[in-house]
Amino acid sequence: MNNGRGSVFPLVLDQVCFSPKGFPIVDRVSLAIDAGVRTVILGANGAGKSVLMRLMHGLLLPTSGRITWCGRDQRAEAQAMVFQRPVLLRTSALRNVAYGLKLAGMPRAERMKRALDALKRVGLSHLSQRPARVLSSGEQQRLALARAWTLEPRILFLDEPTASLDPTAARDVEEVIREIGATGCKIVMTTHNLGQARRLAEEIIFLHRGRVMEYTPANVFFHAPRSAEADAFIKGELP
Amino acid sequence: METFSDSLSTAFRLIWSADPELADIVLLSLRVSLTAVFFAAFLGLPLGAALAVGRFPGRQAIIVVLNGFMGLPPVVVGLLVYLLLSRAGPLGEHGLLFTPSAMVIAQTVLITPIIAALSRQTIEDAWREYEEQLRSLGASAGRAALTLLWDTRFSLVIALLAGFGRAAAEVGAVLIVGGNIAGVTRVMTTTIALETSKGDLALALALGFILVGLIVAVNAAAQLTRQWALRHYG
Amino acid sequence: MNTTRRCLLACLAGLTLISSAALAEDKFIVVASTTSTEQSGLFGHILPIFEKKSGIKVRVVALGTGQALDTGKRGDADVLFVHDKAKEEQFVADGFGVGRKEVMYNDFVLIGPKDDPARVAGGKDITAALKKIAEAKPPFVSRGDKSGTHSAELRLWKAAGLDIEQAKGAWYKDTGSGMGPALNTAASLNAYILADRGTWLSFKNRRDLVIVVEGDERLFNQYGVILVNPAKHTHVKKDLGQQFIDWVVSPEGQKAIADYSIDGQQLFFPNAKR
Repeated sequence: MNNGRGSVFPLVLDQVCFSPKGFPIVDRVSLAIDAGVRTVILGANGAGKSVLMRLMHGLLLPTSGRITWCGRDQRAEAQAMVFQRPVLLRTSALRNVAYGLKLAGMPRAERMKRALDALKRVGLSHLSQRPARVLSSGEQQRLALARAWTLEPRILFLDEPTASLDPTAARDVEEVIREIGATGCKIVMTTHNLGQARRLAEEIIFLHRGRVMEYTPANVFFHAPRSAEADAFIKGELP
Repeated sequence: METFSDSLSTAFRLIWSADPELADIVLLSLRVSLTAVFFAAFLGLPLGAALAVGRFPGRQAIIVVLNGFMGLPPVVVGLLVYLLLSRAGPLGEHGLLFTPSAMVIAQTVLITPIIAALSRQTIEDAWREYEEQLRSLGASAGRAALTLLWDTRFSLVIALLAGFGRAAAEVGAVLIVGGNIAGVTRVMTTTIALETSKGDLALALALGFILVGLIVAVNAAAQLTRQWALRHYG
Repeated sequence: MNTTRRCLLACLAGLTLISSAALAEDKFIVVASTTSTEQSGLFGHILPIFEKKSGIKVRVVALGTGQALDTGKRGDADVLFVHDKAKEEQFVADGFGVGRKEVMYNDFVLIGPKDDPARVAGGKDITAALKKIAEAKPPFVSRGDKSGTHSAELRLWKAAGLDIEQAKGAWYKDTGSGMGPALNTAASLNAYILADRGTWLSFKNRRDLVIVVEGDERLFNQYGVILVNPAKHTHVKKDLGQQFIDWVVSPEGQKAIADYSIDGQQLFFPNAKR
């Protein structure tokens, strides 16, 4: 049985605080994430969404509290993350997509084949030899998704993935996200676009000033939010 | 001002006739400085990358010292290397003094800090942009450093060209450790110094034009590299 | 990436080729000498003759006499060819050199501005000229670099009965430089300067300077050649070095020295003892 691959869930945060400069950006958050539905983290600007996600992914260490993946303190491997601005190397699209596998030590022939498969799935195989950084932002973001996909993650984090994209590109990216989710990969995403949240979310974590105010199925959140802050947010009254 | 027009015509005459002695001097200058750049890159690029990506106590102090060493006076470097390589010195048994190898060593010492400091800056800027994504993909600091060294290669080439320019233009170090021996360790800068001291200013100035032409060409190459890279790789 | 890899390999190969374009392992010796012998063109004339005959390449490092002697002490040269008899004899006495032989002499000349403010031109007495200069205090450039020429200058001030350390003022420019640069400075300042005839004859930037005093016996300048002591520095190429020394004092070498001239004027006068 492979050691790290399956053991992401449950992803448990226990009284996690993140306060690097003294005041808490993430404030005593306790929650558990399990495989399954698409989860969207919502909240106003500065609510702590991005930081919370980085904590869950293991990119940041909590100031206090504990994070475990399948009961273990060590960061699980079968995860991937896509950022708001896609970070691509100065090389071809294909090589970029294969980079994650290269880090994992996969031999060249095999990783190029997998990368090409991933490119096909996001509809970009015709661009495989193009330098990645001259592509449009939408294409670049789909490349980043393809790259994440090659790693066969059990959980995929996305930090405002379409915030820098035009609506058409955004729709393409959302389509890819749905497809990845359909293969059984857990999607955890932040957005401040309510429309996108309504389209994609099956479950909502609502953050306000670093605290989790609500953690409910999407339809419950949007129709009957329990907190005043969530209510204000949905109505567009929070910044 | 007759010296000026004399020198221009002397310069063209020398270049046009492919004067063999001049050719030897230019080739030796290129050989010494290019070899020095090669070794300095070998030492300086990994050092720059390690400083850019690593986090350890004393890092800031090392960076400050390294940046300071970019301005090492060539004549001081020459003196120190001379004392090292002299028969009376610790590395004397190799008999390297007054040879092109000594000149390469001195110039390598001179430009390694430049290449290390510039590459550190370049890679650190790139690291800021790439760090989260690379760590998310599972890259260790070491793997990330290698990836960044390759990814920032165009900016690094420009750092190497800067190092070459500095090496090709200096006279203090190569004069002391090379001894300006005719046909053996005489390079463009030391020849200019020699001809000036002999009062043959026209010839010295002519060589000066050639040297400046070389430096300008190197800088033009740097500019073109930058533009080409931006267009092709983004 | 394939093309780039190929490019890199090509550069690497080229670089290795350039770097190892070796000086084929010829026989060679390192001779530490002074700027006057190099810059007057003497070595350019006599060394090819020696190299052709013996197959030994002579690498001349041109320094001031002081630095040349120091180079010999450190063992960084095989042979010294300098012109300061007192210091040379001390060098041998201290055990740094062996087998000093006299080779040739040239002479110093007093150079000065055409309009001669100190009124010394045409004189044959160097000490008288120096006394006049110390009184009139026109600009005077000194090498100040512990070279043979500098030592000679100091000896001549002493012979003129002057303590130059006391007598010098703003008019006495201590440049700490070789013969060529010192002459450049003198030309720019329209100053007096003691120079060796050889460097003066091949010096091209004279401006308003001319020879004002020459021919005094005290202006004669003796050159000596010394082998760096192989007992002290075992790596010294004593056989090759000795070949060079023997050739330079041989009739053939002495003739080569005498044959060297600029504008029909002989610069160096061979005087090796038989």
